[in-house]
Amino acid sequence: MKLLDSLRFRMAALFGRAQIRAEMEEEIRSHIEHRADDLVRSGLNRTEAERRARVEFGGREKCKEEIHEALGSNFIGGLLQDVRFALRVLRKSPGFTFAAVLTLALAIGANAVVFGIFNGMILRPLNVPQAESLYGTEYGNNPGWQSYPNYLDLRDRNRSFDGLAAFNFVFPGFDTGKNPSGSSGYTTSGNYFDVLRIQPYLGRFYHAADEHGPNSAPFVVLTHAFWHSRFQDDPGVVGRTVFLNKHPFTILGVAPPGFHGTVSFAFVDFFMPIVNEGQIYGGSTLDERGSNVTVFEVFGHLKPGVTLTQATADVNAVGAYLEKTYPQDFSHKSTPLSRQGLTVFGGAVTAFVAGLMLLAGLILLAACANLGSLFAARASDRSREVALRLALGSSRKRILRGLFTEALLISLAGGAVGLLGSVALLRRLSTWQPIAAAPARLPVAPDAKIYLVALLLAVVSGLLFAIVPVRQVLRANPYEIVKAGSNARLGRRMTVRDVLLVVQIAICAVLVTSSLVAVRGLARSLHGNFGFEPRNAMLLNVNLAMAGYSGDQASAMKRRMFDAMGTIPGVEHVGWVNDYPPLAYGSNFRSNVYKEETTDLRQANTAATPFRYNISPGYFEAAGTSLLTGRGFRWNDDKGSPSVAVVNREFAVKIFGSVAQAMGRDFKLQDGTRVEVVGVVEDGKYLSLNEDPQPAIFLPALQSPSSTFYMVVRSERDPEQLAAAMRSKLRELDAGLPVTITTWKTVLSLVLFPSQMATAALGVLGMMGAMLSITGIFGMAAYSVSRRLRELGIRVALGAQRKEVLQAALGRPLKLLAIGSATGLALGIFAGKVLAYIVYQATPRDPLVLGGVVLAMLLLGLVATWIPAQRALSIDPLILLREE
Amino acid sequence: MNDQAQLLPGTLDLLILRAVSLGPLHGYGILLRIGQISDNALLIEQGALYPGLFRLLRQGLLKASWGTSENNRRAKFYELTAAGRKRLREETESWNRLVSAMASALSQQPEEI
Repeated sequence: MKLLDSLRFRMAALFGRAQIRAEMEEEIRSHIEHRADDLVRSGLNRTEAERRARVEFGGREKCKEEIHEALGSNFIGGLLQDVRFALRVLRKSPGFTFAAVLTLALAIGANAVVFGIFNGMILRPLNVPQAESLYGTEYGNNPGWQSYPNYLDLRDRNRSFDGLAAFNFVFPGFDTGKNPSGSSGYTTSGNYFDVLRIQPYLGRFYHAADEHGPNSAPFVVLTHAFWHSRFQDDPGVVGRTVFLNKHPFTILGVAPPGFHGTVSFAFVDFFMPIVNEGQIYGGSTLDERGSNVTVFEVFGHLKPGVTLTQATADVNAVGAYLEKTYPQDFSHKSTPLSRQGLTVFGGAVTAFVAGLMLLAGLILLAACANLGSLFAARASDRSREVALRLALGSSRKRILRGLFTEALLISLAGGAVGLLGSVALLRRLSTWQPIAAAPARLPVAPDAKIYLVALLLAVVSGLLFAIVPVRQVLRANPYEIVKAGSNARLGRRMTVRDVLLVVQIAICAVLVTSSLVAVRGLARSLHGNFGFEPRNAMLLNVNLAMAGYSGDQASAMKRRMFDAMGTIPGVEHVGWVNDYPPLAYGSNFRSNVYKEETTDLRQANTAATPFRYNISPGYFEAAGTSLLTGRGFRWNDDKGSPSVAVVNREFAVKIFGSVAQAMGRDFKLQDGTRVEVVGVVEDGKYLSLNEDPQPAIFLPALQSPSSTFYMVVRSERDPEQLAAAMRSKLRELDAGLPVTITTWKTVLSLVLFPSQMATAALGVLGMMGAMLSITGIFGMAAYSVSRRLRELGIRVALGAQRKEVLQAALGRPLKLLAIGSATGLALGIFAGKVLAYIVYQATPRDPLVLGGVVLAMLLLGLVATWIPAQRALSIDPLILLREE
Repeated sequence: MNDQAQLLPGTLDLLILRAVSLGPLHGYGILLRIGQISDNALLIEQGALYPGLFRLLRQGLLKASWGTSENNRRAKFYELTAAGRKRLREETESWNRLVSAMASALSQQPEEI
């Protein structure tokens, strides 16, 4: 009963505030009338009695306020009141409110986006059960686990994993009977899905028991996305036959939605058993222990209780055993294990995202510093109002509560706007396919966590900048301020606001430095020397196996295509490279090479492991690779003639000592073939832009045929016209040929992607930093001019020159700007070392970058102080002095 | 001036409960009643009464309804709820205990310690 009454009363207190107010009013009136009645009875006349009664009652407003307080330990009611008041205050200065909300929206938005990337790329890289115990080898460092026999040994001999699975990528033609097209998939070990502990969405998965040797398991499992886009969610696909590179495969089932393979940024179409890879490639490397192209990565769940260190030691022990047993084919390198999902990019991605988080955090800090000083400035402008309220009996606690409410309203509004923007941006990012040729996307779709983080950031930053003026309010002495007016304290010493401004400018200078470093790095990597010339070159990619050509047929077809391209008007050079050209996705074939005197061809005795390309005559001319000495290949460098090679400068120096000494010398391949060096070409980039000079060898394509190749067509013609001409020539040869024609630059987008992303991200953050410092300096300068208008007016009246006025008005903000910029520049140079991890050739000790930063900061200062300076110069002392 | 006792913190609520326990009263009536039952020794500032009344209402110790006073004016009458009655009993007991304890403590003579 009591509870109910109390509850009813509270509800009434909350919702019927106006009613309660009226009732209070009436009750007080009734009280005063009763008192007046008594006073009349004691002999006063009515008017006098009522006056006395009112006086005796005392402050009615104070009484009502106290009643409210008695009710209003009612938290929500008090809060609503505070909010209403804060909204009124903020509405009175829409410019300030807008600027503050916008600043925070940008800062919180940037942080939310960066968190979304962190969350998507690092916190939850794979959408599978117990992903945290899923560890595997890293692609790219060639520790020997790229061969299938080695994988089998590791699977059976290790004692650390609960089952070990292997997979690789495959890009066959996918034909449902009417519309053949390119596709992307995984070849996987039979136990792949069981190791991952996932269940099919539809139908069934294949298992280890389905494998009975090469080409024994012609099954595919579709990803949910591919089932949706290609088969329109048709549940009848299970059991249907499809053709991969013309070989029949049975659809077994569909993988659960959200699972798209075990590399987090690759979104493939299907999975198939690796034992059937021979059907796709027209030949298999399953039994080659020395192969480094069969398996992409090997992974599994660590057994309960096994630590990463133990597992790594275990894997390395198996490696050492295999090296001893198979010295010809296996040279063990220490194997790092990493969380499955980001492969070899894990370290780089983590460093990049950590860097971004740091910079975004700095942005938020700068925004808080900015708003903190704005709030402090407002608080001192409002010091009269505060003093008046204190004098009228308001408590400091109440005033501070108002201040915090204002700050939190602004930060929550900013947070909400920022969050909406960042969620939209992340949605766009997660569906964006940055590299046209590869099925790669950023797994950054936003989830619930991001809302929480944005809320947290908003509240924390609100509290952070509301703290700045607290001391000012606590120290405010109402009598002093009311007496002296707001200009009472015009200190010359360094205030909190000055420090905040310096911090903010320093942060901004760091951001500007970083983004300039990144932009310079990108510019250099775009115009760097790749060892070939991507401009004016078209790439024609054909998979002849997909079209049914093989062996000699394929070689003949290649030659016909080569000749046909050469007849197109305007085409200067044509050549081809088997499999992939340098710097293209998947171009990392390496071969073991021995010195000619080495007889024991065990892996430990290799002289080098250069990149290896099989190229046609004319390739160097078409690619724009310059020949330093010797010759390129000729059409008679074919199967019947002695083995010859062209090597790059790095290889020549490493193996033979110099370019001149390399000519005519021999080296040996893994199978013992002696190869004679007939030419040396310049160094280039082969796998990534920031690699050190790497050895490379070029062998005649005619001596090792392959069904997939890229044909390079060099011409000054417009790329679209050229592509059309190439297509029509190809149609004359074979209308059913599946070809892709792109510019070489497009293909390079893969290797340029990381620097481009870094540059874009740093550029945006740098812009935001610049904007923040403009508003910061502007705020400071405008404020200092407006506070000192009277003083400046007197100076003008006493004959001060323009220069002196400007110095008086803006000297201080500009001095702070200089201090801040210098600090920021120093920090930025330091931060450049971090940037070098991400951005190719990033060095802040670049005169252009240094000059750019100084210039940028000067410009920012000029822009930000322009309006306040104009105002200071246009002071009319007469008007000003009359006003006061 | 000093024949009126200073109110101890917390005693206002008890006085209001006591005043109202003798029958429903409006605010001004409560003031008069407190003066009457304390022989005008305890005088409460008129404005200070109402926050106390609202506090007790909120705690569910009092309930209020509008009615007509002896002066034929509209007024809000307060009366005890069951919880209020219980609280009055408890507070009175604990107050009495405190008073007798204080009285005993203050009346001790030095040689008796």
